[in-house]
Amino acid sequence: MRGVRLELTAPPHLKAPDSTRRIMWSVVGSLVPVIAVATYFFGPSALLVIASATAGAVLTERLLGDRGSLGDGSAAITGLLLGLILPAGLPMWMAFLGGAFGIGFGKLVFGGLGQNVFNPALIGRAFLQAAFPTAITTWPAQGVPWGQLRGDNFALPLLSPNAPDVVTAATPLGLWKFEAIPTDIGGLMLGNTGGSIGETAGLLILVCGGYLALKNYLNWRIPVSIFVTVAAASGLLHGIDGARYPGPLFMLFSGGLILGAMYMATDMVTSPVTNTGAWIFGVGIGVLVVLIRTWGGLPEGVMYAILLMNALVPFINRATQPRVFGHGRNEAPA
Amino acid sequence: MKHLTESIPIRRMPFPDEIVLPLRQHAGRPAQLLVSEGDRVERGDKIAEADGFISVPIHASAAGRVTGIGLWPHPDGSVDTAVRIAVEPFSPQIPRPRIVPHWDGLSPQEVVAAVQQAGVVGLGGAAFPTHVKLLPPDGVNVELLLVNGAECEPYLTTDHRVMVEYPQRVHFGIRVMMHTLGVDRVIIGVEKNKPDAIRALDATRPADLDVTVLPLTVKYPQGAEKMLIQTVTGREVPSGKLPAHVGTVVQNVGSIAAIAEVFETGFPLIERVVSVTGPAVCDPANLIVPVGTKLRDVLDFCGGLSDDVAEVVLGGPMMGACQPDLDAPVVKGTTGIVALTQAETKPKDVHPCIKCGRCLDACPVYLNPQRLGALAQAGRYEDMERARLMDCMLCGCCSYVCPSNIPLSQLFALGKAGLRRRKEQAA
Repeated sequence: MRGVRLELTAPPHLKAPDSTRRIMWSVVGSLVPVIAVATYFFGPSALLVIASATAGAVLTERLLGDRGSLGDGSAAITGLLLGLILPAGLPMWMAFLGGAFGIGFGKLVFGGLGQNVFNPALIGRAFLQAAFPTAITTWPAQGVPWGQLRGDNFALPLLSPNAPDVVTAATPLGLWKFEAIPTDIGGLMLGNTGGSIGETAGLLILVCGGYLALKNYLNWRIPVSIFVTVAAASGLLHGIDGARYPGPLFMLFSGGLILGAMYMATDMVTSPVTNTGAWIFGVGIGVLVVLIRTWGGLPEGVMYAILLMNALVPFINRATQPRVFGHGRNEAPA
Repeated sequence: MKHLTESIPIRRMPFPDEIVLPLRQHAGRPAQLLVSEGDRVERGDKIAEADGFISVPIHASAAGRVTGIGLWPHPDGSVDTAVRIAVEPFSPQIPRPRIVPHWDGLSPQEVVAAVQQAGVVGLGGAAFPTHVKLLPPDGVNVELLLVNGAECEPYLTTDHRVMVEYPQRVHFGIRVMMHTLGVDRVIIGVEKNKPDAIRALDATRPADLDVTVLPLTVKYPQGAEKMLIQTVTGREVPSGKLPAHVGTVVQNVGSIAAIAEVFETGFPLIERVVSVTGPAVCDPANLIVPVGTKLRDVLDFCGGLSDDVAEVVLGGPMMGACQPDLDAPVVKGTTGIVALTQAETKPKDVHPCIKCGRCLDACPVYLNPQRLGALAQAGRYEDMERARLMDCMLCGCCSYVCPSNIPLSQLFALGKAGLRRRKEQAA
């Protein structure tokens, strides 16, 4: 025992096994089934767009981020999620640019992982929506042969994409909003409807996100409060005028609500740290989604709802600080 | 983790060749030296006197000769004054005969004095002088004696074994405390992972006393004084106040057994039960160790350390301190010697905070460690104080759960020390 080398560290000397790395890569892993189903519905175009967005995000992180920050997996998540909320026919260079913008201006300018205010994938999407409003709202129809591209994915940068030789279709939300045509709920749940690459298969996203919630890799209070709020608000409106306002099931399973609630709103960095805050955050997103979808100029509102609530997170955090043990509720700070 | 030693009966360790007794082994003022180099001491002789009320004397834990008085490695990591005693190799180590007063005939003040003279301190780790708790401040009405048998730190099993093997002694100590404090109601809180301790205490419960054994949820830090009071009584001790303010006195089971021993045998506190455990200890054990035995001697008795040892921690692995020097002695507050391997302690990469909020869920006193950590890294200590840093008890839960491996409780320990220093300078 003489000459034993002892290390000195601060307590605690034990550590829970979870790590940031493991959380991030678990999120990536849970997206694999979603990507697989998206590829089944939208063919090789889905993979091309997702890969381009991811490449844009990862390369930007590699070039401009801190050394070794790629390993934490957060840039990959941003890229994959961005790819999943783009239409399959989008030119690859646009998806790439969206990924690069999301990481560069959505995350790195704030100081990198943990410092950003807004969800970087949604920043990328918002940028694309502003820059290429037509391309990003051109939704390919389902039912074309699997191997066929869903748009001019290989369009050269800065040139207008060729007129697509594939059939395009409106999303269920667009159909409802502009033409008052309802969509079959079964199709919405399984995913064989129009829409962004990864947002159509509602049930599958619920299962994959549920796995993360079980592992405590996302705060279940956020999606639950979003779903309950949207269901309640749309149920109320539907009850008032069933012909004008769609029912709760349609509202829940259409558009990007489920993907957004499970994967975007729950981004740990841009959601509240307190559990009370998580409830407030979720209810706020739910209310905004219903407001935008029902009375806004756009058929879909999940992206803006989450981004707006992201901006409020610091205030929500401050307002929902827990009462410290042994201090009265109204006690002035010492 | 507790499985290593929870079913191993307490054994007595042989006397080492040398005993080292630091004068500071308790919270409060260090004891004042009574002996000088060359003096011969018997086992149980007082070698240092209490300095004031919040202090206790120190007794020789073995018969021998004082060979030196000087600086020696202290188990808190510092170097402090200690008395070295060369143990008499052929002594039978029988303490001088004592007249043991019958506790029933003593006034509370006399019991308090006897407990102080026996050098009894809290054996749960904090080493707060026990007799102080027997004399609640004026104007405070203590209604409940809460006996702390939670022992929530991983690996430690000293209280557990004391409850299983000496339940009668615990109950006798409770009787003395009830007499002294004038309380009628006692609750012994024991975590549910010690069913044998719960059974033993329940089976030996005196019929004439209102004593309840309460099984507690297994949840670190259940044994922290204020947490235990809240679990059992539902009342929160106000920040900066003592448990007596909610009518409760909390005492660790080991300390209660030590009180019992004072009135059973007249023995001062010169030995204690220590769990020697952890994956890097060859032969884990629960030992009665003479206070002042060097860690090296205790570990040698337990077969030594394995080759992959990384850290030797005194106390539990959540709050205990790493030992740089195995010459440091076991002191009155040493609950365990835990030796951990590389596998458990290997340093982990620190990542940026991702605001997952787990530290908020984990904090037992509902602080916001995420924010406190950010403030600490920015050096904003005044803001940390406003965010209630001083209510942090350094339990380590936030550091334990942090997926980014941010050393939160270490930052808070530094912050608390810094704020305290600044206050002292200002005063």
